[in-house]
Amino acid sequence: MKDIITVSGLTKRFGTFTAVDGVDMSIPPQTVYGFLGPNGSGKTTAIRMMCGLLQPTAGKIEVLGMNIPEQTEQIRRQVGYMTQKFSMYGDLSVYQNMRFMARIMGVYGRGMEQRIAHLLERFKLDTFSRRSAGSLSGGQKRRLALAASVIHKPKLLLLDEPTSEVDPNTRREFWDELFVMCEAGTTILVTTHLMDEAERCHHLAIINEGCKVADGTPTDLKSGIGADICQVQGPDISELRSVFSGEKRILATARIGMAIRVITEKGVEPGCQWLSTFLADYQVSVEPAEPSIEDVFVMATRDNRGAEQG
Amino acid sequence: MNALIASFIRIMAVCSKEMIHLVHDRLTFGMVVMIPLFQLVLFGYTINTDVRNVPAGIVDQVNNSFTRKLIGDLQASQVVDFTKVANTPRELETLIRNGEVNAGIIIPHDVEKRYYSGEGDIAQILVDGSDTTLASAVRALSSFPFSPDQTISNRSRAGSFSVRLLYNPERRSSLFTVPGLLGVILTMTMIMFTSIAIVRERERGNMELLITTPVRNLELMVGKITPYVGIGLIQVSVILFLGVLLFRVPVVGKLPQVYAACLLFILANLTLGLMISTLVKNQLAAMQMSFFLLLPSILLSGFMFPFVAMPKIAQQIAEVLPLTHFLRIIRGIILREEPMSQMMSDITFLALFALVFLIISTIRFSKRLE
Ligand SMILES: Nc1ncnc2c1ncn2[C@@H]1O[C@H](COP(=O)(O)OP(=O)(O)OP(=O)(O)O)[C@@H](O)[C@H]1O
Ligand SMILES: [Mg+2]
Repeated sequence: MKDIITVSGLTKRFGTFTAVDGVDMSIPPQTVYGFLGPNGSGKTTAIRMMCGLLQPTAGKIEVLGMNIPEQTEQIRRQVGYMTQKFSMYGDLSVYQNMRFMARIMGVYGRGMEQRIAHLLERFKLDTFSRRSAGSLSGGQKRRLALAASVIHKPKLLLLDEPTSEVDPNTRREFWDELFVMCEAGTTILVTTHLMDEAERCHHLAIINEGCKVADGTPTDLKSGIGADICQVQGPDISELRSVFSGEKRILATARIGMAIRVITEKGVEPGCQWLSTFLADYQVSVEPAEPSIEDVFVMATRDNRGAEQG
Repeated sequence: MNALIASFIRIMAVCSKEMIHLVHDRLTFGMVVMIPLFQLVLFGYTINTDVRNVPAGIVDQVNNSFTRKLIGDLQASQVVDFTKVANTPRELETLIRNGEVNAGIIIPHDVEKRYYSGEGDIAQILVDGSDTTLASAVRALSSFPFSPDQTISNRSRAGSFSVRLLYNPERRSSLFTVPGLLGVILTMTMIMFTSIAIVRERERGNMELLITTPVRNLELMVGKITPYVGIGLIQVSVILFLGVLLFRVPVVGKLPQVYAACLLFILANLTLGLMISTLVKNQLAAMQMSFFLLLPSILLSGFMFPFVAMPKIAQQIAEVLPLTHFLRIIRGIILREEPMSQMMSDITFLALFALVFLIISTIRFSKRLE
């Protein structure tokens, strides 16, 4: 089957600043495609171009077999978009917001009430249906926005950070929902900076400073990380900070509770072996660890961080 | 057919959403009733340029039926109230100087001959010039149409028929002001309401979602102005009700024409507001721009100053303002009972104005974020 989204050389410049820089990607049908990137990396800008809200400076976008922006109007009915910033009407009630979106999206008549009731129940909003949307909590607002974005059973769902402000339990349910929709035939593009969410996606693209820096299934990305990950533990770990700094082979470190996670450059000698010799003077143990998506993310977005700090 | 129904439903969705905003926004809702009430009372009562019953004296050197008719007609105008009779012009001047009267009329021996010959003044009016408002009011009598027999014919002397004199013999300015206020209030509120209609969505962040939906520009525009048409008509009713109640403005029996004219004018202003909304970046700018348009409307449309007395250039500017045309129509209907056919050009102007601005805003509104 044909890809749902195909993007090539997608570029967006605001004045002299390049927010999205030559991104290529394609999303096959019935995939949950994760868009991972730090703040300001251009995720929202890329999504906005895909739904015709912004005109690309350069590049080609094809969504559901149609060209954006020329044929934007034709695909509107088949695309659901959940904005990063809450964009429902704060002074309308939950139900009124849903009804507005339903009518606008072409869901009306007998089916409408049923569909709204179903979604409100599914997203646990039925008890708030008369509350004004503005008075909902952050997580409740997100649920309302998601419910509204799928009211017309879109073929493609674009979700811009749908789970920020959502508690862990609700987030799990939220993601379960996404997979239910995905299995029912919806293709989902979702931006996030949460690692556990990224881990769940069928496919991931990591974007940094407007450029796509990595792309693949979570498993492929982890196995292809190109670095050795070590877990350092012991009484002396608090002294290691200064020892690590300035050491070329150490690419990144992170303190995780009683341990330090160290990403070391691959070499002839395995990273952890080298590290334990390097730390021989200290009372610490060094163990190899499985790479995580976070490690992949840190590696992929590392270069510019160094540059930024230096 | 299905596409048409879907389109209609989208318009209704926007319209009912807009209505909910309106009901929730107490300030806006309050403005619907408070603005008319305030302005009507303010303008109708306090800014009353009417000068009436100026005490005046008479020097009648003829004293026959002709002059008695003349004096009677002047008295009926209620501008002057003849309280004193003097024997000579000198005596009259003294009365004025002493402040016993503020004005006076001197009717010469040959008044009838002057009248029928059509040359020179019939009589001389004296007025105390120290109070300019008063003086100008009395001076207006110089073009007082007078005819010794009952019919007002071409034979009446003394210049043009002023509309106020012909159809508003009591010279009540509220009759003139209330229809004008109808126009001014509608201009003020209608432009203001819709000028923020689209910017508000932008400011509150609703736009990003709204423009990714299949709603078309025209549907959005029509849906957005429809509730305000209702609001406008409510305002019209409030103003007319108060006008009848407080100022006895004669509208009964002409209501269909009055409402039709108002509807047209409301549409013209709403679409103008909509256009502003597509131009500006925030609500404050929208307000400023509405205000910027309101001023010339008030000053040039003929609401404040008589249209004919304005310089040519001001008249030309005024011709593009909807209020100018509306005032002609509404005064024609309420004050002169002018037939609609006489006002076709003004009606056409308003209809075209509304149409053109609806089209411009529809084209200008871009379903993009930039
Ligand atoms: N309209 C605009 N004008 C100028 N610069 C913009 C505009 N929109 C976005 N940018 C810039 O483009 C860059 C990318 O922004 P974008 O919102 O796409 O990032 P993001 O990846 O979604 O970030 P976040 O995770 O914080 O949501 C940012 O540096 C931002 O300042
Ligand atoms: Mg973003």
